[in-house]
Parts: sequence; structure tokens; C-alpha cells
Amino acid sequence: MNLADTDFTLFGLPPQQALDRAVLDQRWRKLQAEVHPDRFASVGAAAQRAAMQWAVRVNEAYQRLKDPVRRAAYLCALRGVPVDAERNTAMPANFLVQQMNWREELDDATDLAAVECLGDEVTGMERELLAGLNVSLDVEGDAAVAATQVRALMFVQRFRQDLERRLDGLDPTR
Amino acid sequence: MALLQISEPGQAPDPHQRRIAVGIDLGTTHSLVAAVRSGVAECLPDAQGRVLLPSAVRYLAGGGRQIGHDALAAQAVDPVNTLVSTKRFMGRALADNADASRLPYEFVDRPGMLAMRTRDGERTPVEVAAEILATLRQRAEDTFDADLFGAVVTVPAYFDDAQRQATKDAAQLAGLNVLRLISEPTAAAVAYGLDHGSEGLYAVYDLGGGTFDISLLRLHKGVFEVVASGGDAALGGDDIDHALADWALAQAGAAATTPQDKRAALVAARAAKEALSGAESAAWIADIGGHALHVPVMRAQLDTLARPLVDRTLAAVRKVLRDARVGRDDVQGVVMVGGSTRMPLVREAVAALFGDNGAARVLTDVNPDEVVALGAAIQANALAGNAAGGELLLLDVIALSLGLETMGGLVERVIERNTPIPAAQAQEFTTYQDGQTAIAIHVVQGERELVSECRSLARFELRGIPPMVAGAARIRVTFQVDADGLLSVSARETGSGVEASVVVKPSYGLGDEQIAQMLKDGFSHAEQDMAARSLRQARVDAQRLVLATRSALAADSGLLSAAEQAALQTLLADTERTASSSDAQAIEAAIETLADGTETFAAARMNQGIRRALAGRTIDQI
Repeated sequence: MNLADTDFTLFGLPPQQALDRAVLDQRWRKLQAEVHPDRFASVGAAAQRAAMQWAVRVNEAYQRLKDPVRRAAYLCALRGVPVDAERNTAMPANFLVQQMNWREELDDATDLAAVECLGDEVTGMERELLAGLNVSLDVEGDAAVAATQVRALMFVQRFRQDLERRLDGLDPTR
Repeated sequence: MALLQISEPGQAPDPHQRRIAVGIDLGTTHSLVAAVRSGVAECLPDAQGRVLLPSAVRYLAGGGRQIGHDALAAQAVDPVNTLVSTKRFMGRALADNADASRLPYEFVDRPGMLAMRTRDGERTPVEVAAEILATLRQRAEDTFDADLFGAVVTVPAYFDDAQRQATKDAAQLAGLNVLRLISEPTAAAVAYGLDHGSEGLYAVYDLGGGTFDISLLRLHKGVFEVVASGGDAALGGDDIDHALADWALAQAGAAATTPQDKRAALVAARAAKEALSGAESAAWIADIGGHALHVPVMRAQLDTLARPLVDRTLAAVRKVLRDARVGRDDVQGVVMVGGSTRMPLVREAVAALFGDNGAARVLTDVNPDEVVALGAAIQANALAGNAAGGELLLLDVIALSLGLETMGGLVERVIERNTPIPAAQAQEFTTYQDGQTAIAIHVVQGERELVSECRSLARFELRGIPPMVAGAARIRVTFQVDADGLLSVSARETGSGVEASVVVKPSYGLGDEQIAQMLKDGFSHAEQDMAARSLRQARVDAQRLVLATRSALAADSGLLSAAEQAALQTLLADTERTASSSDAQAIEAAIETLADGTETFAAARMNQGIRRALAGRTIDQI
């Protein structure tokens, strides 16, 4: 084992998009039980430093693996097609039109029900894209297609954040 | 399980090696110290048999102090010099405290953290906390007639970095070796979890005097995993006292203007509130402006006043459920912590939120005042290496997002809230002007989009960037949050291969020099012989490391070559020889050398542990 091993190797999982969350969580707990600094609180500084490095590494991998979008982006990078979301923002025109429509709908929505209705639509789209990732990465092995899907999901998730913020504004006690 | 850890309980080479480690709940209204004795966690009483130490310090003329009950008794007659509920000001500036005008203190605004002017000079909340912690440390040392190995100190889960740093500084000032800062709800869950052997998803609702915390924890075979936490670091029972005092004064047509009157109004409100937990009616009785006032209060009236505050706690509960993406039905029990959860209104509201159908049990059977300290004691015992089994493990998260200021006063989040700690995250930035050679970095904490609405933690500059065209430099900013939830930030320019780096500690924190000065200036424990104490401590540390290394060698010498083993043996012998000297600094240096020398070995054992954790599971099994 090495700090530079891939997240999948570290967790003893196959490098694929499909993942059993219960297994991931269980591995995480087992790994932390071995490396967490609390395990070394009563011993020397060397062990503390090593434990800190490993615990950080294990948490970093866990955070990346448990989020399907980040996991897919990571797989794309491992397969030589970095998602590069900051520089590569080219998206299909129909996708962009839909995004604009959503934004307008959110701006026009005045009550909770309208925002929640839009939220359901966004959730549906998110699910569809996530299912697409399983196909492109695990079945077709096409990282380039997957990278486009990841970028689309990033757009959708950013929109979801705005939508959630709007919901909080409409109903602070929800 | 621990890497270099040897002594199984009961098999320690020397039974006197058992380390005394305590848990301390540093509360807004009162504080406690607890320890595991004969396998059971219990709060340690003072000489009069009282376990609660009021978090109150009175500064007397001539440098004297009254701490705890004596101070509390004097608060109405000497309000300016009797500092209570100052936990609310930890790591806070005056501008952060909206209700400062209702308090009888002479506040002094200072950058980072306010102070209060007393007859014994200006005192910060950190110094007040340190007096309380030192008193509890003394109580524990008297109880065991021995020095403490260390302490676990609890903080609200919702404490930000400045507040955590302030707490750790206070502990250091009080001469405590902080084994870990843990969050109060987690500590409460530990106390419950071990008593009840519970598994599953639990909520901890912790309404104290000055802070409100809500945490969701998953309990799994001794592992306490915080799934999400939230709350309000400035919402508590004190706010209910303020509301009731304001109402009662209005009823009586009176106004509290002097420090004495303000304090008397609050003390009376608190007494009435507490009485109303058991009775339907009570009275607010106070001497204000020389008049004896008596205002009857019904519980329904108190409930009306408290309702908006309770509703704020419920909103925070819903938010945490949403963050964790779990429903109320998934929660198997709600642990109630903090004196304010004695209020019937609070219990009813929480029970109603988590389903009247009895889906979640509302757990109140451990004393809500003691449960946090008890859990901290259990964790302290485990960290000191005394616990049998070694199963207990707390996996906590950071409750507030950390980020950087970007163009236009916006926040770029670097570490999201509810990320498991310890954690590290790097983000790349670049220059926006040709030839730019410096970049200002502003670290903030909070959930809002605008920097102005978040807490400013630190500012620093990275200088010496080689001149390049705009956008060509690569500035890598790394955030690291340790297991105490404390942040350090570093920045490095990597684009050209030229490196410049700086590590900051959040700005408000006291510098090491300031702490050393404060220690010298006379603290509660300063009269003790610090030199003798540090020598004793250094010897114990050396002995411990030698023992740990020996036993690691006995277990896993196969991981080292013969030459590496011989080198370690030499280091061990050197350390032992130095430890018999009377030079604390030399001993500490020897410890550090030995620690450095075992680094590779420690890493090799860590690898072995990880392989063991994954053993028997191969890729095809999934």
C-alpha cells in the first residue's frame, strides 16, 4: 500500500463506476480504524504524522468514491480523459437551451410548489445522466462520452444548488 | 491495534503505568471533569461533593480569584468583575455579539477577540476558560493524587476554527495536555452508546446555556461516525433568560440600567425558568433600582417567549437531516443533552418533530448535565491507551465549510461542511495581472456566498512569485484540517518550479509567545514548580516511547533489515540514557530523534495494518 495508490486500490474495489455503498462505507471504517490519529494518540510523533497523512488520504479517497459524479470524473482521468471542467465548457446546444429554460423557470417561480416541481424535474435528469455514466464507463468503456456526461452533471448540480438556496429562501424553517 | 502501541490492559509492564486521562466539558453555564475509574466513567466531585463547577470567575482586588460557586454567589453584587457565560465570546469580536449591551460587562474591543475590563485588568474569554480548566485539572489531580496524562476537552460541534483554537489555547494555558478536542454531541453519543450498546442512526440534540448543536451519528460496532452536524453557536438557554427578563421588566414597568440590575434581572429569569420545568407557575423576583419586583409567570407564558428560539433549533435539525439525506423515520433515537432540554416545551417539540408514532425514542436517562463529560472521559481513557478492546473510534466531520475569498468578495469553498476529518484539500489559483509577484490569501469559514457574511479566519500574502503573464502562475493553496478540527493553510507557487510557501495559523489565535507570556504572568497553576513538572513529563514521555518502540520491534521486527534494527536499538539506548538525566530539553530532543528514527518503521506498520483491514477481500467478491 502506498499513499499514491489509486482510490480504488486503497479501498480494494474494482476501478468501475458501479459501487456498493455499504461495502465502501464498511471499508472506510475499517481503514480508519487502522490509520486514524486517535489510534496513535499515546505514542510518538512519528506515528502521529504517518497516521495523519494516511487518515487524510483515506478520507480523500472516500469522499471521491462516494460521490458518483466525482467518482466518474476520477475514472475518466484514470483512463486518460480528464474532465477538465474549468477549461472545457462546450456542451450540446439542446442541453444548454434546457439549462436556460430551467434558469428562467426558477427566476419566474414565486411559490414553494413551483420550485419543488422544478426540483423534481432536475432530479429526474440527474438520475438519467447518472445511469448513463454506468453504461459509458462500465459497459461501453467510453471515457470520452463519460467525460461529457460528467460535465453535464456538473451543470445540473450547480443548478440544483441555486434551487436549494431558493427553497431555503422561500421557507426558512423547512 | 495501534502501530507502536504495546500494553494491552492488564498486561502493562508496570501497573502504575496506567495513565490518568480525563474528559472535560467546558460549558457555558457550568463545567465538569470526569474520568474512567474501575472501568466506569464518573464525574469527579469537589471537596464539597459537587460535580458541577459554575463557569464563573470573579476577579478580586490584589490579583485574587474566586472560581465557581463562590464567584456565582457574588455575581449580583459584583457583576462587572464576575465573568459568567463567557464561552459565548470565545474567539469572537465585540461586533459578533448583538446582545452585548444587555450584559453588565465593560467590553473592550480587540481585533479577533474581545476582552472584559475588570478590576484586575482586561481579561479575555480564553483566560476565563483557562481559570476554569485549571480548577478542574487541580480537582482531578487531587482526586488521583497524580499528574494528568492528558485531557479530552469538548467543544460545540458548531464551533468554528477561531472558537476551537481559543479553547485549545485556554487548555494549554491551564497546563493541560490536550489529547483531542471532540464535539459535545459526539461525546454524549459515546456515553450513551457504550451504556446501551446501540447500533444505527442517532440524533443528538444539545441545547446548552449558550450554544445549540445538532448532530447525526451512525453507531457501528464501537465506531461513532458523525454523518452531519449543524447548529447555532450563539443560541441557548441564556437567550431564553434574556427574553424572559425583558418580558418581566416590561410587565413591571421597570428598566435594568446598572450592571447590578441587568445581572439581577437575568438571575431571576433563570430561576423562574428552571422552576417552570417542574411547575405550571412561578415568579420572577428581583431587586431592580432599589425596588423589590415580583412578576408571576405561567409556563404558557415562558413557552410563548421560548417558542421562537426552539423553532430555530428545529429548523437546524431539519437542515441537518437534509444535509445527511435521511428522513426523520431513519433516526432511531434522539439523545437529549444540556440543561435546557429539561424544559417541557423542548422535549415536546423534539418528540413531535421525530414522529409522535414513537419511531424515534427521546433519550433522557443519562443526566443531561453530565453526559458530555462522561463521554469525553471514555474517549480520553481510550486515547491514553487504557481501554480494553480498543474498539472505540470517533470519526468526526467539519461542521462549517472552509474557503477562500475570490474576486468580487465571493467565497470559493475548498472544504465543504460535513467532510470527514482529518482532511486536506488543495485548490489552484492564478494571477490576474501581468507581472504580478504577490497574491493575498483570505481564509474564511461559513456557508454564505459573500465573504462579508462569513467568518474571517486568516489573511496572508504569498510573495516572491516570479513575474509572468497573467494566468500563467499556478498557486496551489492547501487546507489541512486535523483531527481536532483545527485548520492550517499553506500556499505554494508551482507554475515555474519556483516555490514559495507559508503556513498560517488562524489569525485570532494567541501566538506561542503570548501564551508563554501569559503563563509567566501568573496563572492559577504557576505557583507550582513548572520546571520539575516538565522534567517529570519529559521522562514519562521518553519511557513511553521507548516501551512502545520496543514492543513494536518485538511484534514486527520482520519489517526491518538487521541494520535498521541495530540503528533503532542504538537510538533506544541513547534515549534511555538521556532520560535518566535532569535536562528536560535534552530528553525532549532525544524523544524527537527517536520519533524521527521510527518514521519509516511506523509507515511500514501502517501499510501492514491497511493490508490487514482489506485482507480476505478481493476485487471479484464485489
